[in-house]
Amino acid sequence: MMINRSIKVLAGAVLGIGLMTGGALAAGDAKELKSVDWHHSGPFGTYDRAQVQRGFQVYTEVCAACHGLKYIAYRNLMEIGFSEEQAKAIAAEKEIEDGPDAAGDMFTRPGRLSDKVPSPFPNQNAAKASNGGAYPPDLSLLAKARVGGEDYLYSLLSGYGEDSHGHECPNGTYNNPYFAGGCLAMPAPLADDLIEYVDGTPATVDQMAKDVSAFMTWAAEPKMEERKAMGFKVIIFLLIMSGLLYAAKRRIWARLH
Amino acid sequence: MSFQTDNKLIKWFDDRLPLVSVMHHTFVQHPYPRNLNFAYQFGSILGVMLTLQIVTGIVLAMHYTAHTSMAFDSVEHIMRDVNYGWLLRYMHANGASMFFIAVYLHMFRGLYYGSYKAPREMIWMIGVVILLVMMATGFMGYVLPWGQMSFWGATVITNLFSALPVVGDPIVTWLWGGFAVDNPTLNRFFSLHYLLPFVIFGLVFLHLVALHQKGSTNPLGIEIKGPADYISFHPYFTVKDFFGFAAFGVLFAVFVFWFPNYLGHPDNYIPADPLVTPAHIVPEWYFLPFYAILRSVPDKLLGVLAMFAAIGVLFILPWLDRSRVRSAAFRPQYKWFFWIFALDCIVLGYAGSQPAEGPMLVVSQIATFYYFFHFIFLMPVLGWFERPKPLPTSISEAVLAGKASTSAGENA
Repeated sequence: MMINRSIKVLAGAVLGIGLMTGGALAAGDAKELKSVDWHHSGPFGTYDRAQVQRGFQVYTEVCAACHGLKYIAYRNLMEIGFSEEQAKAIAAEKEIEDGPDAAGDMFTRPGRLSDKVPSPFPNQNAAKASNGGAYPPDLSLLAKARVGGEDYLYSLLSGYGEDSHGHECPNGTYNNPYFAGGCLAMPAPLADDLIEYVDGTPATVDQMAKDVSAFMTWAAEPKMEERKAMGFKVIIFLLIMSGLLYAAKRRIWARLH
Repeated sequence: MSFQTDNKLIKWFDDRLPLVSVMHHTFVQHPYPRNLNFAYQFGSILGVMLTLQIVTGIVLAMHYTAHTSMAFDSVEHIMRDVNYGWLLRYMHANGASMFFIAVYLHMFRGLYYGSYKAPREMIWMIGVVILLVMMATGFMGYVLPWGQMSFWGATVITNLFSALPVVGDPIVTWLWGGFAVDNPTLNRFFSLHYLLPFVIFGLVFLHLVALHQKGSTNPLGIEIKGPADYISFHPYFTVKDFFGFAAFGVLFAVFVFWFPNYLGHPDNYIPADPLVTPAHIVPEWYFLPFYAILRSVPDKLLGVLAMFAAIGVLFILPWLDRSRVRSAAFRPQYKWFFWIFALDCIVLGYAGSQPAEGPMLVVSQIATFYYFFHFIFLMPVLGWFERPKPLPTSISEAVLAGKASTSAGENA
């Protein structure tokens, strides 16, 4: 995390103006985010498979009632440590609409690995109608679509009831100091022991908030591990290459004197 | 010594299509000043970046769908399901930023060493046209993923033309291909985004033809006077430029592999929604100084004109600068004003990222004033009042005699 930060600061200084895009939006009336030392942070960070799997369980048992996950297919679950059998079994629990069949009718069948996770509502208007006019966004990309990323998601999910200061929220909205404006349409989705983790981890709000935030980070950036691993090799290669070329340059230019 | 060979096949070929002679002329015969420092690396780096953008862009276009209902999904398809699609897209998106970093450093080098002055005005002016086309290309490229910033950026920027009296609104309708930013807009932006890089390629060719006509400037700002002053491109600048590619590649790779979304905006991972306006609409970082100039003027039309004038003034810079000395190394006052101007551009960039209100608005107005003051007042007047330091008699004398002049040159 520290390395992460210092590279960021350095990069910002090199660019001179690079920092501003983030800075412009970080300013607001929302509370400063809680910072988590994620397993996937930093240039070598990888996803904690057990945590991401727990996060998927939170998604399935809690979030999926209102939020879609449309860019994730069941086959992708094998990337976070589920076996093919497990992924097939998870997919088969869902009824997926398919068709039209030979008679021209739509039908449902058990899910397959190639199916994307079905969204809870047929369209945005149906989602709004069932949620008091507010649209529960699809979660596949949310970790990249919010300033603060997974720290923001964690802070928000675990932040209900913090520093309310008698802050009044209009009917149908709920106080959360991490949300811009302080009131959002989603009621606190997590409560202690709301679910029972398959791996036996105590299901506190804090634990579930962390796990599902890590899961959403994976959902938004599933190629992160591949990217960092390749990046390390590429950067080492380029550094050695730069050194050799610099030496070659000095040698060739020495002929001039 | 022109190109000679005993190889009959090459002779036959070169006699009919003189590619080999031209290459030989450029890389072996053409004189390059021997004192070019690392500030002169960015031209070749830009050539590499343009090529990379074209190559990654062509492959991305094979998987992208230019339709409002499918564009966002197709980008996610590239990120998740196309082999190395994430790499292609992150290289292309960050490549655009690297392209602008390199082009701005290339331009500041030109400003510092007076590269735009006679007889090299054409090189500079073609360069300014390249910058304009690059900006159009970058802007349209940012629209293609059809996220919230894509849509609202396109709306804000195309709406600028509505400030023009009488013809404004018809022009905007014509640009959009309808009465709002919609599918026809996305389609034409895709078409033009694919076309313009090849226009840039052609302009780069002209830029190089003009460069070879008069030769490079150098940190001393004096012309080549004899064989001791110059060296051939190969092997000296081949190896130096390759070092530049590798070193610049490290910076590029750090962004692509470790901070791929740092220079982007989180809102662009939200699909475009014409009914929801983002809290702050900000362009990409490389447009921020111009965005600040636009917003610092209270009147919309004047703001738009000021923004275009900020680039337009670069066209006439060769005639605004009255100093006969090129290099800032020998211009004691200009050297200071150069750095103040560079700082002013950074202040403008920061102001462009902030909401245009309160003290920040005043800061951007002062910085905008100074931007034009620098070109329109300081550049002509400095040439009049400044007493330049004595110039060395030749490049070789300065290089071989002392380190003083070269170390002065290496600061930029």
